[in-house]
Amino acid sequence: MLKSIIWIFVGCLGAAAVGSIALNRGESINALWFVSAAVCVYAIAYRFYAAWVAAKVLALDASRATPAERLDNGRDFVPTNRWIVFGHHFAAIAGPGPLVGPTLAAQFGYLPGTLWILIGAVLGGCVQDMVTLFLSTRRDARSLGQMAREELGALGGSAALIGTFAIMIILIAVLGLVVVNAMKHSPWATSTVAATIPIAMLVGVYMRSFRPGQVLEASVLGVCLLLVSVFAGGWVDHSETLRGLFDHEGLPLAFGVIVYGFAAAVLPVWLLLAPRDYLSTFVKLGTIFLLAIAIVILRPEVKMPALTPFIDGTGPIFGGKLFPFVFITIACGAISGFHSLIASGTTPKLLTNERDIHMIGYGGMLLESFVAIMAMVAATVLEPGVYFAINSPPGTVGLDAPAAVAKISSWGFPVSVEQMQSLAAQMGEATLFARTGGAPSLAVGMASIFGSAFGDGLLALWYHFAIMFEAIFILTTLDAGTRVGRFMLQDMLGNVWRKLGQTSWMPSVILSSALVVAGWGYFLYIGVIDPNGGVNILWPLFGIANQMLAAIALSVASGILIKSGKLRYAWVTGLPLVWLVTITSTAAWQKITSADIRIGFYAAAEDLSGKLASGFLAPEKAEIAPQLIFNLHLDAWLTLLFVGLLWLIVLDMLRVSYRHLAGKSVPPICEVPHAPSRLVES
Amino acid sequence: MPGRLNFLWQWLRRVSGDDAYERYIEYHARCHTNDASLPDCSPLSKAEFFKQRQEEKWNGVKRCC
Repeated sequence: MLKSIIWIFVGCLGAAAVGSIALNRGESINALWFVSAAVCVYAIAYRFYAAWVAAKVLALDASRATPAERLDNGRDFVPTNRWIVFGHHFAAIAGPGPLVGPTLAAQFGYLPGTLWILIGAVLGGCVQDMVTLFLSTRRDARSLGQMAREELGALGGSAALIGTFAIMIILIAVLGLVVVNAMKHSPWATSTVAATIPIAMLVGVYMRSFRPGQVLEASVLGVCLLLVSVFAGGWVDHSETLRGLFDHEGLPLAFGVIVYGFAAAVLPVWLLLAPRDYLSTFVKLGTIFLLAIAIVILRPEVKMPALTPFIDGTGPIFGGKLFPFVFITIACGAISGFHSLIASGTTPKLLTNERDIHMIGYGGMLLESFVAIMAMVAATVLEPGVYFAINSPPGTVGLDAPAAVAKISSWGFPVSVEQMQSLAAQMGEATLFARTGGAPSLAVGMASIFGSAFGDGLLALWYHFAIMFEAIFILTTLDAGTRVGRFMLQDMLGNVWRKLGQTSWMPSVILSSALVVAGWGYFLYIGVIDPNGGVNILWPLFGIANQMLAAIALSVASGILIKSGKLRYAWVTGLPLVWLVTITSTAAWQKITSADIRIGFYAAAEDLSGKLASGFLAPEKAEIAPQLIFNLHLDAWLTLLFVGLLWLIVLDMLRVSYRHLAGKSVPPICEVPHAPSRLVES
Repeated sequence: MPGRLNFLWQWLRRVSGDDAYERYIEYHARCHTNDASLPDCSPLSKAEFFKQRQEEKWNGVKRCC
């Protein structure tokens, strides 16, 4: 009785919060409404929808032994307490994606992004994670690619492999671009980010040789050193001689990131990758927790309107209408295909009991979605004029400050040069104009939230702390992604020449690492020289790729549901799948065919060729134009590849499902037979 | 309250892998008692164990966007 009263109350509060977010048309709205709406929606979805999916659709069986129990080897297969699995799983799925996407999507106003994060997570992302985790747990922790191959056919397996590799390349490029844009002409940010490299190495040596295996001790030491590096960056910024060392244009910084990425892929993991991963996990979880507390203490006002005029597709940060581009821009936080790689393979090896899948698969993604909501809050507490001044590339608002300010103010978002200068001075930066990529504006938002909640005088420190926080786990993703890309490439090259497939053979390591780094390095380079900022091209491409991987996971899941005679429940994964296919296909169609040069790749390429031929371009622009034109064509082909793969696997799933329903032969269900668990407490 | 704090501390140690070696030793003692017939069944040293663990851990997709 009491329980149902509480749930009715949660329901009413949630409805009121969502209602006030959706219907508010006043000057501003308190961020606490966002937090309440999110928490209530999540609680209800978790308690009712997820529980229903777990019980009816998946039929989780607490008495069934999990792979961790059956294959326990004390190493990777280990039955583990569910709170610990939750910690591992969340640390693995939460990356920089849910911070960047909502920040960029805030150009449409706070409402579309917020609703998509809530609805997309509850009905799409969480379901994908939970179902994939379940399927992999029932199949001895097989990976998504293996499951696709076994349950659908060879085609599905290859599509998953190519898709994963392509996402890795695009993801690393765009994240590299975000870091470069955060460091551009900022000695403080650059020196702090640079300092994280020797700090990680020091921690690596400490854990390896000085005090082997003392992980917590080493991590605490590392985190303290990171905080010192944020302070030290301030001294560097104030010292005339040191400043020059760390004050760079985008291009040299991009080459620095490329060289770093190659080094990180070739160096032994214990030296750089493993310690950096420990540090970034601690900093990440700590900062997210701190941000949640700060938002609750401070209850900042959201100043961005619910909807901006840019829903018509004219937005300065990236081109394209609300539909489908808000759904492409926010991938992580609503639904992220990448999670299916963690949910299959890694996490199932730790599950003690099948019923934990509800909490870990569904709950883990809910928490990530909450991070995206906080990023949305941090982006929208800024004055809209300031937000647009930071995030608009020079290609759309002009190079000099007065022009940019006039343009942004003419959209109805007043901002002045003095305001931007004093904000930059407060944050310890030379300028905040055209700092695209989302990291600087998120850092300004976070600094103002932290500053107001925990003391105002330290804005510059908070700002650079936030930059360090974003950079450290972007670089972790960059290291880990390059390494995974290298393994995948070596695996593929191994088919051509066996020796290339040996992961420890140095020439092959260097060759494959160089190829992977060259792949993302190319897109990073183009992104830096592109006067429109690069993010506007790369981020949608990443979104399309990530949603494509999610669609592959949902296709595998739908196919298996239908094959196991659960056709009437297939909508649970089928509905999000239909939605993803719709948005990715629409977005891809527009990116390829649109006549608007800010959306269509071919339109932009033609426009640029025309200008180049008529001698309309300034010499320095004419020099890079051929590269940009080539890149636009390449992007169009890539988009086509992603959508082609997506349709192939969806049609393959439909073929298998049709054959099953028509009583013809299909690949058998590969579920491991039921074995009773001995770990269940009676 | 001390119980809660203790749980949190254990959780942190477990999640971070701080107690991985202790668990390995415990597992080893539990599962290798009857293995006297097999040669070289002594547990790895702490440094060796961590070396192996880290190499293994990074042979796959471990981090997301």
